[in-house]
Amino acid sequence: MDAGLEIQQKPAAADRPLAVDVRDVSLTFETSDGQVNALSGVNLQIAEGEFVSFIGPSGCGKTTMLRVIADLQQPTSGTLLVNGMTAENARLARSYGYVFQAPALFPWRTIEKNLKLPLEIMGFSESEQRIRAERYLAMVNLKGFERKFPWQLSGGMQQRVSIARALSFDPAMLLMDEPFGALDEIVRDHLNEQLLQLWKSTEKTVLFVTHSIPEAVFLSTKIVVMSPRPGRIIDIIDCDFPADRSLEIRETPEFLKIAQRVRNGLRAGHSYDE
Amino acid sequence: MTSSSFALPARAPSLIQRAIVERYVPVGTMVLALIAIWYVAAVAMNWSLVKDAFEREETPYTVSDVLAGTMNAERPLLPAPHQVVNAFVDGVFGYPPMAPRSLIYHSLVTLWATALGFALGALFGIALALLIVHSRVLERSLLPWIICSQMVPIVALAPIFIVVLGAIGLHGLLPKSIISAYLCFFPIAIGMVKGFTSPDPLQIELMRTWSATPRQVLWKLRWPASVPYLFASLKVAITISLIGAIVAELPTGAEAGIGARLLAGSYYGQTVQIWAALVAAALLASGLIGLVGLVERGVNSRMGAH
Repeated sequence: MDAGLEIQQKPAAADRPLAVDVRDVSLTFETSDGQVNALSGVNLQIAEGEFVSFIGPSGCGKTTMLRVIADLQQPTSGTLLVNGMTAENARLARSYGYVFQAPALFPWRTIEKNLKLPLEIMGFSESEQRIRAERYLAMVNLKGFERKFPWQLSGGMQQRVSIARALSFDPAMLLMDEPFGALDEIVRDHLNEQLLQLWKSTEKTVLFVTHSIPEAVFLSTKIVVMSPRPGRIIDIIDCDFPADRSLEIRETPEFLKIAQRVRNGLRAGHSYDE
Repeated sequence: MTSSSFALPARAPSLIQRAIVERYVPVGTMVLALIAIWYVAAVAMNWSLVKDAFEREETPYTVSDVLAGTMNAERPLLPAPHQVVNAFVDGVFGYPPMAPRSLIYHSLVTLWATALGFALGALFGIALALLIVHSRVLERSLLPWIICSQMVPIVALAPIFIVVLGAIGLHGLLPKSIISAYLCFFPIAIGMVKGFTSPDPLQIELMRTWSATPRQVLWKLRWPASVPYLFASLKVAITISLIGAIVAELPTGAEAGIGARLLAGSYYGQTVQIWAALVAAALLASGLIGLVGLVERGVNSRMGAH
């Protein structure tokens, strides 16, 4: 909210320090029917303040990519730096907030107490917890729901709480794994616009996994197209729509051109298998 | 229904009335049926007893004399319900509460052992569950023993416990509580293992992304998530711990407690006294379950259950 007043001229992405630096990362699982190459030789550089979408068919490793960056899974080989640290140190330094496909709220806590949970864990003072809970609930337009329990909120509202919770401790990055996948189209459009506002005002690096081409093109500064078996990156598309874009740009030729390129990339990835 | 629906407002009972009817009529019918069966059984079981008594004394008797006798025998095989009720009411109200013949006194003695045993058992069960959840090695080494511990009948174990604990100088309340705890820790341990592992994997991963310490994961996630399992197992455990306390009073030759009343009753063939003590035990058990249920409702409403 008030961060919006201090927006400065952003330097070009190339001049900003790297938030994520992935070099030749591979990850293989041993399963009962043999090895699965979830990630194979992935290289990716993400500058601070970028909004990067990962798109691809299921099994392409986009979620695994996010989980490796979050240190929820460890790569088999390759190097990975997050905010200049190893993934583990970045996690311990609380560099990111993670939003899952399901809101994963704690049902026995009120909305306000759900939001305070990471703050309690990180040892913020009582007064700071209160201030932040109020600020971030307002940011996702949920003022007045402090005392409600999660079951009293709709799915979209619950997901907004989980986004506010991920932002509450002011991490440098936001990792989002199909956060709107379970929501209907209208709610999804609405939340996309809100997320864009949020990204502009907080200037955080956002890594966003999605199935939806329009969602990826609408939100991102960079789209990473991935392909399965083995999970790998087949195209990285830069996207620079004006910061104050609205959903209407989805009808413009520029938008459709990028969407077409994403679709071609996805198709190429599919035909590789057959 | 449809043809006479316009008449419904005048004829249909209100929702509240219907709820009361639905709730109490089946239970009431069941209770009445059981009492009727009980009376028939009392007549059948006590018949020859009463008849023999008449014949021994060589007094002339009629069928109705025998019938009346089966309802009021001094030491019947099966006392009639009203005899049990009378003995119970007499035991509760007929003496000062702390008199040795008062059922209140004996109930309190057993209640203390139950409460202490339940507390010990709950703590022990929860601690075991914590150990099991945090270590697969402990799960494999402890679980078989825990299950084995419940396969030996408590009536066989109780005298051994009493003797061993007596040898190290423990008498009275504590050995009874330990036997009670020995029985009731089991459902709590099993329930809480389930409860502590009940959180959603996403919630566990969230805690990891926040670099929560194991202690924080326990107190802020595993413990609150296990509350429904805790109360389910506490309700089972509290009746079991009452049974444990009563059984523990049998081999000790305890002077007081519901178990002591049962034992004394069976020594002297005082069946009515035994049944009155059983009624006291049943009421105590329902009261204890009700108490746990009450606490559960309070906790649930604070935890936003709907």
